[in-house]
Amino acid sequence: MTLSKADVDHVARLARIDLSEQEEIELAKELSAILDYASQLQEVDLDGVEPMSHVAGQQPVFRQDEPHESLPSDIVLKNAPDAEDQQFKVPAIMEG
Amino acid sequence: MLDFSQGIRKLHEALRSGTTTPEELLNQSIEQIEQKDGEIKAFLRVNDVTARDRLKGNAAASNSFSPKHLLDGIPYALKDNMCYEGIETTCASKILEGYIPPYTATVAQKLDDAGAILIGKANMDEFAMGSSTENSSYFPTKNPWQQDHVPGGSSGGSVAAVAAGMVPFALGSDTGGSIRQPAAFCGVVGLKPTYGRVSRYGLVAFASSLDQIGPITNSVEDAAIVLQAIAGADVHDATSAHVEVPDFTAKLTGDIRGLQVGVAPEFFADAMDEGVRQRVQEAVQVLKELGAEIKPISLPHISYAIAAYYLLAPAEASSNLARFDGVRYGYRSQNAQNLLAMYSKTRSEGFGKEVKRRILIGTYALSSGYYDAYYKRAQKMRTLIRQDFEQAFSQVDVIVSPTTPAPAFLLGEKTKDPVTMYMTDMCTIPINLAGLPAISVPCGLSQGMPVGLQIIGKMFDEQTILQVADAYEKTVDFAAVRTAHSKEAK
Repeated sequence: MTLSKADVDHVARLARIDLSEQEEIELAKELSAILDYASQLQEVDLDGVEPMSHVAGQQPVFRQDEPHESLPSDIVLKNAPDAEDQQFKVPAIMEG
Repeated sequence: MLDFSQGIRKLHEALRSGTTTPEELLNQSIEQIEQKDGEIKAFLRVNDVTARDRLKGNAAASNSFSPKHLLDGIPYALKDNMCYEGIETTCASKILEGYIPPYTATVAQKLDDAGAILIGKANMDEFAMGSSTENSSYFPTKNPWQQDHVPGGSSGGSVAAVAAGMVPFALGSDTGGSIRQPAAFCGVVGLKPTYGRVSRYGLVAFASSLDQIGPITNSVEDAAIVLQAIAGADVHDATSAHVEVPDFTAKLTGDIRGLQVGVAPEFFADAMDEGVRQRVQEAVQVLKELGAEIKPISLPHISYAIAAYYLLAPAEASSNLARFDGVRYGYRSQNAQNLLAMYSKTRSEGFGKEVKRRILIGTYALSSGYYDAYYKRAQKMRTLIRQDFEQAFSQVDVIVSPTTPAPAFLLGEKTKDPVTMYMTDMCTIPINLAGLPAISVPCGLSQGMPVGLQIIGKMFDEQTILQVADAYEKTVDFAAVRTAHSKEAK
């Protein structure tokens, strides 16, 4: 499996990571090597094998739908890079 | 001065009899860090002021200290991916620089309740992604045994802090070997509990179906004592198991007569280090002489474990690390004019190389058109690996193997090629995929560096792996090897 620079660019956009040209070239090589290694999974006959969903076969855990106290908003906002009027502040979503 | 490596029980007895005090232990920890950590670099942050304040709070209750718990008054270190209210937690990543958690992880809360004193946050590979602690965004940690070697990873800081005598114990996290591999490299004990045995609440998630918190200690008994304090179901973690927590020290009798010990040839790769092979074979012989019955078993699919793991763990990471977007906490790029650019520049500038690599591989494995070929096949392989272990455990009580195929490598030796670095976890990764408990205990030296013996148990049967590890430890006396080494080093 060989990933092209364009493949890396596509995946990076899905993952919301900005890459430089140089990084894309390097990563295309490195990610291809990892996928090459992983391709040994293609050798095994896995037809009819159930994919694992939980390692201990745990069933869904239920609890009462009761409200609990949340952290106060001023404490939650303390770590925010930017906040205003008890809200997280981000750059403009729409242009213009 | 009390030697931390003599064990938590001895420290506890000294506290109880009044021959030492919590202040003395804390001072000793801080002095050891001041003396050694300039070189070793195990700690990202030492919170000695907070520790002293906490101690004052404890002591205020009574004039003469009498410990209420085995861990009461004992200092410890926390890997920097576990939250403690008011103390910076970065996962050794630039993207979380300055993050002050508003809450405490359940494990740290339980240690607080027991009276243990948090002394600082330990270095690690960024977001626990790595096998050498060289992926820390701040600095690499050195192996206290020999400082031109890596301590292993990703819990390299926690392990180095224990191995260098800076703290009596530390907590690490283990997703593919991150407690056991560094413990093996530095000559200490590391335990990964069964998936679900310990709450993950307050542990910054890497791969949620594999992550588990566990103790790093000087002895098997210490590992049992610390596990006792942190184990149990937790309302804050729905994956924590509602399974009874037994007395983990109950079976530490030294008696393993009649136990069935499995040995699988698949754990002994052709390319493995000869010294490691010999030390582990000698360890198996010791177990036999102690009265255990050695049985050959087969785990035919574990050779595919690394391939499955390096799709599944990055897939989960790509989802878990989506939360680091510069909005609610941590770093935000100032070079963006709109929201999308803010996300992608923040993540580009905030994440290190290996983290980006894994997010991209994981995103690819989950992306449209590749999901069936990669992610789903890897999950099917995980089922087969688990079935291999189930089959084996119908015949034996524990399985033993090397913890790592070779001893600690040199700093910088494997940073060029990710896949070579991944191979160092070939013996530990299958255990995370199967959810099982496993412990690494020192079993001698190869090329002058410590070797780890891995003992793997059935689901929720930490008692028996602790029993075997303890019986082995009592027989071989690695502590003497350690003492001889530290004298030589001086």
